[in-house]
Amino acid sequence: MPHDVKNSEGTRPSTPGVIPFDESRRRVEAGLARRYRQERRFRLVGLGAVILGLSFLAFLFVTIVGNGYGAFWQTYIKLDITFDAAVIDPDGGRKPADLSSANYGRLIRNALLDIFPDANNRKDRRALKALVSTGAAFDLRGRVMADPGLIGSTRPIWLLADDKIDMLFKGQIDRSVERESGRLKGRQLAWVDKLIASGRMEKHFNTRFFTAGDSREPELAGIWGATKGSFFMLLVTILLAFPMGVAAAIYLEEFAPRNRWIDIIEININNLAAVPSIIFGLLGLAVFINYMGLPRSTPLVGGLVLTLMTLPVIIIAGRAALKSVPPSVRAAALGIGASRVQMIMHHVLPLAMPGMLTGAIIGMARALGESAPLLMIGMIAFIVEVPGTPLDPSTALPVQIFLWADSPERAFVERTSAAIMVLLMFLLLMNVTAVWLRNRFERRW
Amino acid sequence: METAAVRQRTVVVCFLSEQNIFMRISTLMLLLTALLTAAYWLGRGKVLKRIGGMQSIRKLHSLPGYYGYYTVICCGIPALFLLIFWFMASDALVIRWVVSQLPGQLRGLPAAELGLVINDIRNMAAGQFINPDRVTDLAAAAEQYAHLKNISRWALAGSMLVVVSLGFGWAWSRLNPDFRARNRVERVVRIGLFLASTLAVFTTVGIFLSVIFEAVRFFHKIPLTDFLFGLNWSPQTAIRSDQVGSSGSFGAIPLFVGTLLISGIAMLIAVPVGLMIAIYLSEYAAPRIRSWVKPVVEILAGIPTVVYGYFAALTVAPLLRNLGESLGISVASESALGAGLVMGVMIIPFVSSLSDDVINAVPQSLRDASYGLGATRSETVKRVVFPAALPGIVSGILLAVSRAIGETIIVVMAAGLAANLTVNPLKAVTTVTVQIVTLLVGDQEFDSAKTLAAFALGLVLFVLTLMLNVIALQVVRRYREQYE
Repeated sequence: MPHDVKNSEGTRPSTPGVIPFDESRRRVEAGLARRYRQERRFRLVGLGAVILGLSFLAFLFVTIVGNGYGAFWQTYIKLDITFDAAVIDPDGGRKPADLSSANYGRLIRNALLDIFPDANNRKDRRALKALVSTGAAFDLRGRVMADPGLIGSTRPIWLLADDKIDMLFKGQIDRSVERESGRLKGRQLAWVDKLIASGRMEKHFNTRFFTAGDSREPELAGIWGATKGSFFMLLVTILLAFPMGVAAAIYLEEFAPRNRWIDIIEININNLAAVPSIIFGLLGLAVFINYMGLPRSTPLVGGLVLTLMTLPVIIIAGRAALKSVPPSVRAAALGIGASRVQMIMHHVLPLAMPGMLTGAIIGMARALGESAPLLMIGMIAFIVEVPGTPLDPSTALPVQIFLWADSPERAFVERTSAAIMVLLMFLLLMNVTAVWLRNRFERRW
Repeated sequence: METAAVRQRTVVVCFLSEQNIFMRISTLMLLLTALLTAAYWLGRGKVLKRIGGMQSIRKLHSLPGYYGYYTVICCGIPALFLLIFWFMASDALVIRWVVSQLPGQLRGLPAAELGLVINDIRNMAAGQFINPDRVTDLAAAAEQYAHLKNISRWALAGSMLVVVSLGFGWAWSRLNPDFRARNRVERVVRIGLFLASTLAVFTTVGIFLSVIFEAVRFFHKIPLTDFLFGLNWSPQTAIRSDQVGSSGSFGAIPLFVGTLLISGIAMLIAVPVGLMIAIYLSEYAAPRIRSWVKPVVEILAGIPTVVYGYFAALTVAPLLRNLGESLGISVASESALGAGLVMGVMIIPFVSSLSDDVINAVPQSLRDASYGLGATRSETVKRVVFPAALPGIVSGILLAVSRAIGETIIVVMAAGLAANLTVNPLKAVTTVTVQIVTLLVGDQEFDSAKTLAAFALGLVLFVLTLMLNVIALQVVRRYREQYE
């Protein structure tokens, strides 16, 4: 028994070798089968854990891609729009002010009524108009403003369908359930079937998703505003965190004397790397917004908070990179008369730069996915406009995902997953860049 | 008519201040950069001319560039301080001036209400919508605010020029070929590097102060013992004092229990799975398999938490509810189990990579000795490697616990809001982080006990995680030294 063999050491009586050799061999052999079974079991448990971890990952990706790939296509309805001068430009002056305030919804309704003359009461007409997105009228306005020559002509135009119709067309909602719940009126289903049958309903690539800001209407909502907000935030973060992090790493690695004060700084940096991100949000709220009076909801404040969060990551990576530069390089530089600052700036830093950049990119990737501190500083406002500068209120990609995940409309589920896919693409890109940098420039000394 | 005039004025004011502050500041920065570049070339040029060009460069104490840098430092550092001072003080000065010009009844308001008035003035000057019945009172103040803001910006530009030229004059008077420019520049560089390294300390101090400052104000309103040991949490306070149920109760025990419950479930998933993954990869897996499985598992750590939250709320929670229904158990749709499970998955790579590090740090000689005695691999792992790695593993787990306690988005999305005091994982519970978010997101009055409570919770969270981190890092450090 392995137990006994082991324990014999502790319980060994004053006379050693009480168990004769044959006896102990017999005992070991008797236990072998059981011990090998245990061994196999342990190994299987380990393999199981690995498979479990990998299948979690696979499940996560399959769910998200399965939910989200549909959002890259959007349902459009082809309508023969008559740009009736009597409706949009009764004066005939073609004045931009008139054109921009005209009732384009009426054009859409007229076109729909041409196809479905059976919608004759007010309720039906409203249901009919609800087939098309409320954004379609703006689309028509844009076309007319760009080319007033359209007025008076009749053109077949693909217009954005409403989100419920989109879900129906994509088969993401059940027809019978919808009929009972009354969200889609009975007539609407018949109309949709007719539109499909006459080839007037098609899915096109959803460019709007990549170019629009947020919206309450799922079919109009896009991620460009959030992406730009995230971009500005990362810009602020990298501009502040990278130089400061590199400077701190250089000081701690190359200049710092070994004393208590430096110990405190080092422990601090390691601790900061493990402080929950929401605490940084509290700091941002109390210091940047309430004390310094910086504007709420802006990428500037978000970037400052993320800077403080990313700094420890960059410092730790930077120190590792500096450490990997061999001392011979330093000795050679000092030997030909460089000062210490020159030795670092001209020789050590360039050699350590790829490692530092890798660390910085990984820190940025973490910052890009961070959302908790941004909630604290008000970046979860509903903002339709795409920010133009880091001082405009905006949201960020992960926060946009958070907001959409909370929205009740069915169509937002799809968009949330699609936004997640975009976010993961960005993260993947950053990590691949980091790995590439490391492999391309890493030197073995 | 009156309102139309006011609106007109508001529009003008808005034009004045909104007209891209960002562009103005970046123009100023560009100007400053141009000045500093000029200073570099002038400083460098002066000493070179003095010695008669590059051919007699040996007469210089330092390389010519250092004289340029010295000039830049003399001009740039005062300008930087001026900029910092302006950012800190100008707004406060402007506000003070505007307030002193306000009509008497507004000026006499208590501090908190005056703060709201000031906010209105700011918003109005920025052209945002404000409370319509205040508009007439504040239009003049808003206009004045925008006007003063404008003056202060011009004053900044003017004083910047003065400071830069003074600095330049100082540098110019000292520049000569014997001047030890390199030593000066390098001293400044070293001071700069040192300051950068202290930023982390200031961040910690900043966190601590900002959290404790508000928390102390909270404890003035709600006694510490009520907060730490109270069993009832309902922070909804009434806005008016005569409203019914105006005294919210701030007993944080249900939050602590909820946090521990969810983190506990997460650790139940993450510790065994993460540990077994680490053991399998370091003791059993072929190097080829290890080299691709390890990064793939670590992808789990790189996925943003909001993705996990979405996954927990939209996939796992319904799954659990349906499973519960088919078994005849009622599972809350925001059950602690769902949030905890997903959080556990998130923490798996954290545990596995930390344990992997410490397991790999156990010297091979220990394993070889164990094999030599005839032990199988699993016996070696269980009786030799694991005990030797235990301190490191424990500290890794402590770090993971601190992560779980501080995790926010997953629980905000997947755990409940109601503070139920229960340890039933199928019920909905709430956590410290969820409450911080719900108390601080949206409209807030900065002085109410409700908002301050968030900071008190933040203090608890910060102190708790800090303690866990310090202990864990200390253990890791000592452990590393042991085998190095």
